[in-house]
Amino acid sequence: MADTIKLEVSRYSPETDAAPHFQGFEVPFRRDWVVLDALNYIKDKQDGSLTYRWSCRMGICGSCGMLVNGEPKLTCATFLADYAPSPIRVEPLRNFPVVRDLVIAMNDFMRKLQRMKPWLIRKEEKPVSEGEYLQTPAELEAYKQFSMCINCMLCYAACPVYGLDPLFSGPAAIALAQRYNLDSRDQGANDRLPVLSQHDAIWGCTFVGECTRVCPKHVDPAGAIQQYKLTAALDWVKSVVMPWGGK
Amino acid sequence: MDVTTHDVLLVGGGGAGLRAAIAVSEINPNLKVAVVSKVYPMRSHTVSAEGGAAGVIKSDDSLDEHAYDTISGGDWLCDQDAVEAFVKESPQELLQLEHWGCPWSRQDDGHIAVRPFGGMKKMRTWFAADKTGFHMLHTLFQTTMKYNAIFRYDEWFVTKLLVDDGRVQGVVAIELMSGKIQAITAKSVILCAGGCGRVFPFTTNASIKTGDGMGLAYRAGAPLKDMEFIQYHPTGLPFTGILITEAARAEGGYLVNKDGYRYLQDYNLGTPTAKPVLRSMELGPRDRLSQAFVKEQEKGRTIDGPYGPVVHLDLRHLGEKLINANLPFVRELCTKYQNVDPVHELIPVRPVIHYMMGGVSTDINGATPLPGLFAAGEVACVSINGANRLGSNSLPELLVFGARAGKAAAEFASSAKPISNAVLAQAFDEQRRIENQYLRNTTGRERTSTLREEMQTTMETSAGIYRTESSLAAGAKTLRQLQERSDNLALDDHSLTFNTDLVAALELSFMLDVAESMVQSALLRTESRGAHQRTDFPKRNDEKFLAHSLVFRAADGRPRVEYLPVRITRWPPGERVYGQPAQKASAS
Repeated sequence: MADTIKLEVSRYSPETDAAPHFQGFEVPFRRDWVVLDALNYIKDKQDGSLTYRWSCRMGICGSCGMLVNGEPKLTCATFLADYAPSPIRVEPLRNFPVVRDLVIAMNDFMRKLQRMKPWLIRKEEKPVSEGEYLQTPAELEAYKQFSMCINCMLCYAACPVYGLDPLFSGPAAIALAQRYNLDSRDQGANDRLPVLSQHDAIWGCTFVGECTRVCPKHVDPAGAIQQYKLTAALDWVKSVVMPWGGK
Repeated sequence: MDVTTHDVLLVGGGGAGLRAAIAVSEINPNLKVAVVSKVYPMRSHTVSAEGGAAGVIKSDDSLDEHAYDTISGGDWLCDQDAVEAFVKESPQELLQLEHWGCPWSRQDDGHIAVRPFGGMKKMRTWFAADKTGFHMLHTLFQTTMKYNAIFRYDEWFVTKLLVDDGRVQGVVAIELMSGKIQAITAKSVILCAGGCGRVFPFTTNASIKTGDGMGLAYRAGAPLKDMEFIQYHPTGLPFTGILITEAARAEGGYLVNKDGYRYLQDYNLGTPTAKPVLRSMELGPRDRLSQAFVKEQEKGRTIDGPYGPVVHLDLRHLGEKLINANLPFVRELCTKYQNVDPVHELIPVRPVIHYMMGGVSTDINGATPLPGLFAAGEVACVSINGANRLGSNSLPELLVFGARAGKAAAEFASSAKPISNAVLAQAFDEQRRIENQYLRNTTGRERTSTLREEMQTTMETSAGIYRTESSLAAGAKTLRQLQERSDNLALDDHSLTFNTDLVAALELSFMLDVAESMVQSALLRTESRGAHQRTDFPKRNDEKFLAHSLVFRAADGRPRVEYLPVRITRWPPGERVYGQPAQKASAS
């Protein structure tokens, strides 16, 4: 096995470049190195201007999502050995504006997340002095999967609908709305309905399922979206057949 | 230069910062509060905390017992009034987080579940599987989105505190996206910028943990407290330093040496039993377990791995079902990063830098001695952690003292005088300093990453698990040289857009200040207590050192150390006993 491996890294600076281009770097090949280790090696030893985000390097902070050979990946959990000896291509996540090199702008997601009201909504708050809201392990299980989203943006990079229609709320934001809708302590599903049932929220999804395939935390956003479509459709049927919501 | 103005400014958007921001908004919705953070808040290192958060909630437990565990765990260096406030408010804060939606693990009847934890005599650690910090941080972050008064500066790096008229009045910060340098003024500032594990080479800490908040306070004239107390967590994965949570031992995991022997029984930590016993063996405190590792290594009973000696963490007897239910992240991390499945295989582990007991000195309300400046979370030292923090005390600390600091800073802001004009001149000077020293400097010769590596190696060899006068004195000398060399940095990147090369250089300068404060405090503390072990002074010396180290930055940039007596309320200094029959929390 060769003792080095080549990385082809997408470079772009709005101050000097009209468009992104690739730059090759030779880095040591080590079996226990991930792509992020190779990027850090380049930054420390070869070119301090290489620009990317990273932090926890244990797959939980969600900072280091990039395209590795065209696939959305957390680079802290993507091993060089899985690609060697071929060169590895590293690019910024697709479907986002590129700020510089491997850094994308994600303020669109932050706005969309906030519109979903991703917090617990109660009609009446119980005082803290009265203790916890009871929640059985089964009730916890009902939403837990959707609470595992680390906001890494891999699902947006994989989503063909978001790529064509930037108004689409997108997989993570919808999954997080469902995380609260399905929480036995929450009473805010109706507050989230207007945003969720907009055409560009739920109905935009054509159930391609790429979001679920690339999710590093097995959140299954596609499942959340399909599940919500069913709820929303039933509500619509109820409201047409029984104009007072069947109450 | 642009200037924006707020009433209360949070520096750092992790658990403490977000809790403080909510506290300000709840106390007075008319106050303009802002969070400035070098990363999006949900990237903050709170996200990596795994095991849990301690708070007395079960009927067989008491606040005094939690206090006693914390104080004895801290080798009597904790301020006991602060500990008493902490244990009292922790359950309320954890319940508040439950009301905000935190997905705490539950008992079958729907009540909060608790697990055992190291150094704790009762089961009182709340958990969300083994991603407790992640769930706490995302719950807090998502909850802040409902408060319109909370403004965020996402991905802004703070370079300096603005001080005039004897009080802190804001910061200078760089917007990473544009490179714009500006003043953000505020009537009070709360530092919640986290710890500084990155001054060492091998750490569980994220890359962002570079002591910025400690450096900012230190340079502004506020003292740092107890900086020599640095926690090694006993179980990190070799090479990556990824944390394997103490919860793995709380669930019943064993630590074994190369002979498969549960070696902790040789270090005054009790006798091995099949099921975990509280405050015993693998559930001893982190300082003692990390020290036992070094002794095992000296006896030649560790295992040689590609990244140095390791011992083994054995979870195999727990079974797949329990591991999947309560330790899924441990399994994921081991499988992905170590190529080891803990259901069937032993996990190689070694002690790893994890947490700073020390930090910016504050009182019980998060106020520093510098008016207008507050601090909470790992960046601060209240002190509830003393010479050794117990696992699962840091997460509730974020909440309790984040909320307290938020409240105190809101009150301060409500009565503070307007911002003085002099701070703008300071902000201009700071802008010129950054441009001239870094961005426009074409004559520098030193590389940031080279100096950083030399600093990290120096810290490991001079101020590791065991220290001596000669190791520390040599470390202090090297750090001084590194400080001088760091004036001569050459950046590869001179652009304005998302300049991470500049950020790394600024982080290095904070880390060097913090590292010097640690080594100097360690050099002068000629005793052994908790995580500070001097082989030349192996005993605790209460006569001389029942006191906090307070380190100030002198005019020449060197650290100057003073002492402040520990506040004792009800628990006079005693012996730390682990692995013995239950002892009473001897309140007098």
